[in-house]
Amino acid sequence: MFKQGSIQSHLNFRDKFLAMDFVLLSCIIFLGLISFFAMYSTDGGEFAYHTKSHIVRFFVFFFLFFVASFFKTSFWYSTSIPIYIFILILLIFVKYFGLTSSGSQRWLDLYFLNLQPSELMKIGLILFLANYYHRISAGDVNRITFLFKPLVALIIPFILVVTQPDLGTAFLIGVGGFIVIWLAGVKMKYFTYFGLILVSLTPIAISFLKPYQKSRILTFLDPSRDPLGAGYQITQSKIAIGSGGFFGKGFLNGSQSYLDYLPEKHTDFIFTLFSEEFGFFGSSIVLALYVVMTMRIVSIGNMVRDTFSKLYCYSFATAFFIYVAVNMCMVLGLIPIVGAPLPILSYGGSSMMAMMLGLGIAMSCKIHKDQSIN
Amino acid sequence: MINSSGESKSKLIGRRMFVISAAKAVVVFGILGRLVSLQINESKKYKTLSDKNRFREWKFSPPRGTINDYYGKQIASNKQVYQLHIIPENSENIETLLFRLKNILNLTDKKVFKIRRKITSQKPWDPVVISDNLTWSEFSRINLFLHELQGAEPIVSVARLYTEPSSAHVIGYVSKASKKDLQNKAYLKDKITTSTRVGKTGLESKLDLQVLGDVGYKRYEVNAYGKRIKEISINPGKAGQNFKTTLDQEVQELASNLLKDKSGSVCVMDIYKGDIVAMVSSPVFDPNQFVHGINTENWNKLIKHRDKPLINKSIAGLYPPGSTIKSLAVISALENDVFNPKTVIRCSGSIELYGEKFHCWKKKGHGYMDMREGLKQSCDVYFYEVARKLGIDRLSETARKFGLGEKVLDGFIEERTGIVPNTSWKKKYIGKNWYLGETLHAGIGQGYWQSSPMQLCLMTAQIANGGYKIKPRIILNDDESKKFSDLNQFIEDRKLFADDVVSLYDFISKFKYKSLFRNPENIKFVIDALYGATNEPGGTSYGSRLTKKGFIFAGKTGTSQVKRFTARQRELEIKNEDLPYKDRDHALFVAFAPFNDPRYAISVVIEHGGSGSKSAAPIAKKVIKKVLERHPLREAQANGEVA
Repeated sequence: MFKQGSIQSHLNFRDKFLAMDFVLLSCIIFLGLISFFAMYSTDGGEFAYHTKSHIVRFFVFFFLFFVASFFKTSFWYSTSIPIYIFILILLIFVKYFGLTSSGSQRWLDLYFLNLQPSELMKIGLILFLANYYHRISAGDVNRITFLFKPLVALIIPFILVVTQPDLGTAFLIGVGGFIVIWLAGVKMKYFTYFGLILVSLTPIAISFLKPYQKSRILTFLDPSRDPLGAGYQITQSKIAIGSGGFFGKGFLNGSQSYLDYLPEKHTDFIFTLFSEEFGFFGSSIVLALYVVMTMRIVSIGNMVRDTFSKLYCYSFATAFFIYVAVNMCMVLGLIPIVGAPLPILSYGGSSMMAMMLGLGIAMSCKIHKDQSIN
Repeated sequence: MINSSGESKSKLIGRRMFVISAAKAVVVFGILGRLVSLQINESKKYKTLSDKNRFREWKFSPPRGTINDYYGKQIASNKQVYQLHIIPENSENIETLLFRLKNILNLTDKKVFKIRRKITSQKPWDPVVISDNLTWSEFSRINLFLHELQGAEPIVSVARLYTEPSSAHVIGYVSKASKKDLQNKAYLKDKITTSTRVGKTGLESKLDLQVLGDVGYKRYEVNAYGKRIKEISINPGKAGQNFKTTLDQEVQELASNLLKDKSGSVCVMDIYKGDIVAMVSSPVFDPNQFVHGINTENWNKLIKHRDKPLINKSIAGLYPPGSTIKSLAVISALENDVFNPKTVIRCSGSIELYGEKFHCWKKKGHGYMDMREGLKQSCDVYFYEVARKLGIDRLSETARKFGLGEKVLDGFIEERTGIVPNTSWKKKYIGKNWYLGETLHAGIGQGYWQSSPMQLCLMTAQIANGGYKIKPRIILNDDESKKFSDLNQFIEDRKLFADDVVSLYDFISKFKYKSLFRNPENIKFVIDALYGATNEPGGTSYGSRLTKKGFIFAGKTGTSQVKRFTARQRELEIKNEDLPYKDRDHALFVAFAPFNDPRYAISVVIEHGGSGSKSAAPIAKKVIKKVLERHPLREAQANGEVA
């Protein structure tokens, strides 16, 4: 076992490149290309600010992806806790020095980028918990004392993000964390208890909701309640997607987005725009790409041997899938609008950075699957 | 140990991952299913919704069709007006805009308040009319400041213009559609825009559907904020249909001038075609006031006016027909064989019936007279006797046949039917039995009778044409005009038999008019007696006769009591002029001309004018003269029209 590790540790650049998962890599590149076209369309068919900026970010973070994947898994294992703490500090920083936009304080001004640490926390928390469960023995997983630490690690960033306020991201961070805890083997009954506590806290939680958040939930339950107000986004998004038909209205011909009926078309509703212009055909391809990506990451998880990598890959794949599913369900009017970007396709540097980093670490697990992390 | 722990951990993780993968598959199919449902199954519905988003239409109304007289003179036309609309969403700050406009146009606070309410009640892209009739100086001031009035749109448009006040009543007027209009007039639904005016009365109301035309629209692609991106298509709409009427504006004007300072009506009708040549009501009002909204002060003036200028007295004014009914009483008596025209009765000024005294208008009495003399001199006593023998039911039947008690024209909402009393009518509406005394009053056109001047005109026309039913018309239409093309030829032929009073009867029967008589001689008898009434000494309208050949006319005066004379007033010989205005008698006169070759019937009613011979007949005389003078011109126009 030691021997094997020492042989594999001398992978050169070429070996690492060839060890990559090319299906996953092509999916990323393909989605990247699709996102360029979609962004070009949101700019009204001009090579304007959003398109340029998105392309630049894609390449910058695609490079980050490579860098991340060439680092040994053991590096990621050993830095998981510092990374988590670093992001946590950033989140606390946001509380005091963050930029405020449309009522919520989410960003740190880094001059070249407005960094949204909450997006990075999605990966940070998964890394931290995967590391934690790697270290404790199987027998300890279900002991109450060992549940305490992961819950605290989950709840602190959750609360920090909820109070920004950013319910959507907080929810996605929390879900990511729970997936790790669940995969690690924590018994069902704890989840049940936790669920019961959550339900009993719901009335209190509702009293903390901002009016617009309440109205979003009510509107989701009945979009026709206020078709020109809060229900507007859901209604217009459904109209855009539905009117796309099978083959769509054609590139740059999405009247709903072109005429500004679509809200947040660069970010959360980018899938709507794409779906309007490329129809069922295009939407299915995008959905398929995401499904294939998820499956590839899961298959990496199947290959790796150590608990950290396995937990990380499975959890990231699942979280990644949930980000996609939440965004799509949201624009399709299946769940309330929570403000969740679509990985890679949506405009937004921090989300792109987080996803590329996450994918990079998963790819690192693939490349270094035969190396011990200890 | 670590290893085995790792193995068991891996297994557990793998199992749990399997559960998650299954859940993922469900979610993927859920999303896919939703995509199928939206983009394939319901795609059509959403495409429609998307187009609805994309396009917005701005409607505009086409100019209203004109209404012209027989010779093409415009009575109701259109003029250019300067308007100011605002489109709230185009304005950055609506309050500033309103403030600026208030200063520039001197708007009242009330008006600004109304505008504000209007703005909040409609979509931000729908225009709000600030003013629909700006003066040129206001309009140019607006244009001067236009660069700082974002959202304001000066517009050159067209609006209704009425140039002929004498035709105010027959034409009617237009005004903004009321809620009631929108409810009652289904056709308005597709025709209404912010600037549409709808016909309220008269021909404007009758012809509203056709003169409105079809609304045009500009279709724009708009963005989510309603801003117009580009014009997709334009539909100019269809201008309203123009109409030609049978009216002669010159006769209208003359009649209106003759009625000046009086309250009353003049109606002139072609006795064969039924063409309404004139239909004038007095006093007149200015229908232009209503186009842009009448102010309260002017409205009150019209409403509170003693002589009710808004009422079209020709068709909505009801008066007892007075002695003008006597022609029908004669016809009815002769047709029913209850009276021999040779019967001589002595008029001593009054008769008594069951202790009640019935007076003749001539206090001293007419002496001995037969039926012709009785009609000529309008002897009340003679007609008490005629009525007594005839009975009210037979008289009312004849009256109905000749057009009393029903609407003369089609589609005039203000027209009233009047009352033709008989025994069952009284039982039904008053709930009492008919008294014989009431029959005597009915025989001289007093009591319950209510008829409009137009009905009396039609009655006279149908006597003058030999007793044939005609259908009066006011709108010219080519088919009907063609039907009458032979008429002129016939009249030419007929001149060979000049002086033959009833020579046109053959012609009328050719058109299969429904005859209103049993024996044509009975009608001839009345026509002859009416000749006497105007053209023989002792006739009631002898003083107003025309003697020039071709202008001789025959007519019947009438005086309808507003309030019965008391015995005391009779004793004191109080004259009508001495009574308070409201109690004075209405003066009536009906006639037809020219006598030898009748073509036109006329009715004149002067409210509270006293006796028919004194105030109504002289006006009729002047109108008849004018109508006959213009007859050749009318004929030429008719021929041209057919050709």
